[in-house]
Amino acid sequence: MKLTLRVWRQKNADAEGAMSTYEVDGISSDMSFLEMLDVLNEQLILAGEEPVAFDHDCREGICGACSLVINGDAHGPERTTTCQLHMRSFEDGDTIDIEPWRAAAFPVIKDLVVDRSAFDRIIQAGGYVTAPTGSAPEAHATPVPKADADFAFEHAECIGCGACVAACPNGAAMLFTSAKVNHLNVLPQGAPERETRVLDMVAQMDAEGFGGCTLTGECATACPKGIPLVSITNMNKEWLRATRKAGKR
Amino acid sequence: MARTMWDSTVGKKTVMAVSGLIMLLYLVAHMIGNLKIYFGAGEFNHYAHWLRTVGEPFMHYEWTLWLIRVVLIVAVVAHATSAYQLSRRDIKARPSKYVHSRPRASYATRTMRWGGIILGLFLVWHLLDLSTGTVHSGGFQEGHPYQNVVDTFSTWYGDVIYIVAMLALGLHIRHGFWSAAQTLGVGSRARDRALKTIANVLALLLTAGFIAVPVGVMTGVVS
Amino acid sequence: MTEYVNYATGEPVTDSKAPSGPINERWDKRRFEAKLVNPANRRKHTVIVVGTGLAGGSAGATLAEQGYHVVQFCYQDSPRRAHSIAAQGGINAAKNYRNDGDSIHRLFYDTVKGGDFRARESNVHRLAQISVEIIDQCVAQGVPFAREYGGLLDTRSFGGVQVSRTFYARGQTGQQLLLGAYQALSRQIAAGNVEMHPRTEMLDLIVIDGRARGIVARDLVTGKVDTYFADAVVLASGGYGNVFYLSTNAMNSNATAIWRAHRRGAYFANPCFTQIHPTCIPRTGDHQSKLTLMSESLRNDGRIWVPRAKGDTRPPNRIPEDERDYYLERIYPSFGNLVPRDIASRAAKNVCDEGRGVGPGGQGVYLDFADAIRRMGRGAVEARYGNLFDMYQRITDEDPYEVPMRIYPAVHYTMGGLWVDYDLQTTVPGLFAIGEANFSDHGANRLGASALMQGLADGYFVLPATINDYLARNPHQDPVTAEHPVVREALAETEDRLNRLLSVDGDRTPDSFHREVGELMWEFCGMARTDAGLRKALERIPQIREEFWRRIKVPGTGEEFNQSLEKANRIVDYLELAELMCLDALHRDESCGGHFREESQTPDGEAARRDDAFGYAAAWEFTGTGAAPVLHKEDLVFEYVHPTQRSYA
Repeated sequence: MKLTLRVWRQKNADAEGAMSTYEVDGISSDMSFLEMLDVLNEQLILAGEEPVAFDHDCREGICGACSLVINGDAHGPERTTTCQLHMRSFEDGDTIDIEPWRAAAFPVIKDLVVDRSAFDRIIQAGGYVTAPTGSAPEAHATPVPKADADFAFEHAECIGCGACVAACPNGAAMLFTSAKVNHLNVLPQGAPERETRVLDMVAQMDAEGFGGCTLTGECATACPKGIPLVSITNMNKEWLRATRKAGKR
Repeated sequence: MARTMWDSTVGKKTVMAVSGLIMLLYLVAHMIGNLKIYFGAGEFNHYAHWLRTVGEPFMHYEWTLWLIRVVLIVAVVAHATSAYQLSRRDIKARPSKYVHSRPRASYATRTMRWGGIILGLFLVWHLLDLSTGTVHSGGFQEGHPYQNVVDTFSTWYGDVIYIVAMLALGLHIRHGFWSAAQTLGVGSRARDRALKTIANVLALLLTAGFIAVPVGVMTGVVS
Repeated sequence: MTEYVNYATGEPVTDSKAPSGPINERWDKRRFEAKLVNPANRRKHTVIVVGTGLAGGSAGATLAEQGYHVVQFCYQDSPRRAHSIAAQGGINAAKNYRNDGDSIHRLFYDTVKGGDFRARESNVHRLAQISVEIIDQCVAQGVPFAREYGGLLDTRSFGGVQVSRTFYARGQTGQQLLLGAYQALSRQIAAGNVEMHPRTEMLDLIVIDGRARGIVARDLVTGKVDTYFADAVVLASGGYGNVFYLSTNAMNSNATAIWRAHRRGAYFANPCFTQIHPTCIPRTGDHQSKLTLMSESLRNDGRIWVPRAKGDTRPPNRIPEDERDYYLERIYPSFGNLVPRDIASRAAKNVCDEGRGVGPGGQGVYLDFADAIRRMGRGAVEARYGNLFDMYQRITDEDPYEVPMRIYPAVHYTMGGLWVDYDLQTTVPGLFAIGEANFSDHGANRLGASALMQGLADGYFVLPATINDYLARNPHQDPVTAEHPVVREALAETEDRLNRLLSVDGDRTPDSFHREVGELMWEFCGMARTDAGLRKALERIPQIREEFWRRIKVPGTGEEFNQSLEKANRIVDYLELAELMCLDALHRDESCGGHFREESQTPDGEAARRDDAFGYAAAWEFTGTGAAPVLHKEDLVFEYVHPTQRSYA
């Protein structure tokens, strides 16, 4: 197929950006979206132009590096990551708009590459269990009800790609933060830090300049791993519980 | 604890949820009171008078009413301030728009923001119109609320302002009630449907109940 | 080429740290004999860790917990994205929770045997011992392993093993274990014990007075090339499978860190030992940028077959049962579809070479779940493999519940790597290599669910114990500054190389060279290797290298975010590494594990090992680009598991 691409080009963090238009031909419907961009980049290099910069790594939907807004949708029209989006989702002759994640907390580095280190700092604020190496009890010492284990897993699936922030009209990181809070807070291993975890992570989330949640549900719709919106509700509950307990101390 | 609340986006949302629910509770009572207009001037005016004497002899004249008013003023101010601060923050968090914008389901956010502004403006007009009488059409009579209401809804703009505001109120409650439940952490997958139904029913009842008054005046049932 | 293949054989390399005595006491003995660093002195020591995968992430966190000052690097935008995240199947541990006859000794035995007797017994036994602690550690971190209704951990059997010792978290075990390590690392970053440099790629090793003292690294955002100093350097940069261009590795996984270390004196061991994983999604065309693995666990319930007749193009559902060849079940009746990876891969290649392959280009075999669905019901199959089936459908647009999957082998893991002793130290004092970056534990073939085990064993338990010994014995090293002549030289060399890449301004893209060398390697140094083919590749590689430096085109500048420059610079190293891999494959005139030499097979086509001639690990010493390396042999001694010809029939 033949496609027209309108791609956000921005030289660096300080430069002004704009959409540039390119044509690509000979695209097969079996290609992934990123392979289609590879074709464009090969073309650009040979023409002496700079290829389009975009983050990508595992190309199997798990590392969370790829991050494109395609025709206004984070990760494009399918519910998956950009690397797992295939060109069969598009038609010959289509014009496709490709933009970076947009949020104040995710400044653009170049073209379609953004800085998502704010996510790392949210995890650093409390998204862990303090369990130094060597200090662990026997794994079967504490059984975990299957329902809780499944609940934890469902939230632990988050790949930290940032689609939730990109899709949110407020640039909020509630779904990302809640996924980690819920994963660890439901487990007995995470219980001792249950209150500090949620309070510190939410405080860090706010400090990074993410917006607040207005429960539009855009994040959960965009999430390639299907983290549900109710995850946020749960985190709110954890936060209120922690605030009450902190108030009593 | 209050500091943690106010400093956090999640805390401010909690303030909004709680203040919203207080106002919602008040609105339910207000709407029920309003419907007394269908039973004639006597009953309606009597009800208005009772509002001022309720709690006597323990409370002095109008003390209870003022107590409610103070709670409501605090709720309105808290609700509006958090909304304002959160909105500013949200807009700042997303400084550049997507070039390719698509019709988003952010309609909820938009109706909440615009609806909130409409309701705020309405509230000012409503108080100046029927509580103080400052902008009342025709002669405002202290202690004769029945007549005052009929006067207001005998003007076309009175009806338009009121009905538009009540539609906005319905939409606001519809998302707001469900949203408050999420903020307060009482939502769950199992409960989601029930919460949405309650929100819809509340929105519908309140809108219909409030609009019944101008409709009554317009159709001549209330005069 | 003639010069390159005329390698010299140097002094044997010996593992001076390996303890003697009963095998189950060796690790305790080594830990006791290793000197310790006084806790108060630890913060005075800086340790550089390159990479944040299972090995690097766990090592960085643990060293920081111990009190060392850790400076850590990853090329990704976040330490959470290291490619360990993509491991699907599970992690082995000799917990014997199933009471099915498992034990540390059995895991040890299986791993040595599975590695086709080319791994060091002491290391493997230590790995099996530590496996038990890993599970405890990960559970304590909140890793959500699969559990049974009683709340206890679930296990399954995995690739070529007859006990159920594999712990898993649906099809995302690597992700969950990595996030556990990442979170532990995050805690140390927040505590100020780890100085994390994401989007920063190591480009050279700094060796002063014979010791590893730092690295040269490039900030991928600003393009600035800088130097970093330490008392010890740990490489946890993963494997080199991307030399094949198409592999299951992440696009940016690369060999630069270990290859640069090799150039600075670290021996490279068994480079030709690469693992070709049998169950990957076949390629669809020339545009293919990477291959996707489907977890080996699929072989527990799926049946592999091809049509009996050549060139049978009927859709699979129309091929009657008696015209199908379930070739693994036929050739290996006792292990059937669960034979080790190398055997399953080669069998698939053989049937495709016979012209019985399916799908585009005949490069595929069926993995059929029809029987499993009939036996356990669709629901049960979905519960076990749902996410894998979804992934397959997304990529191929075919529904594996209805039509059999098509699979084909792909490069997946590299058993070779930097030579390390029992302490995981390379031949450069102060330089350690852990995880896939070293060569140590898997011999010539890695068993399923053992990579995660080894990465975490190295990072959480082995290195943090052994690095103490090095630092304690070298407590006062002279501080290094950017003014040191060796540092200046290393920095200048790196900058020169980057500038050279930018200045050629030729007419070929980096990817075109990468693809060319990758295809060459796949053809001649892939699943089956011959003397003639390897010699052909060895002739071709220097030519590609020469052409590369004449025709490469890298747009942009070095002082900016420049992904073409990153790629091109990695290819420089692939073009040297590829040569060493071919030479190693050529010199190892036997078949073992993932290394199959057509000249060395039994009459019925099985790999024939030659223990007398090749019962050693081959550690190569670098002597210059294109110059013949020097071979140092480490003789492998088997006291507990006696080499036998593997038989899975």
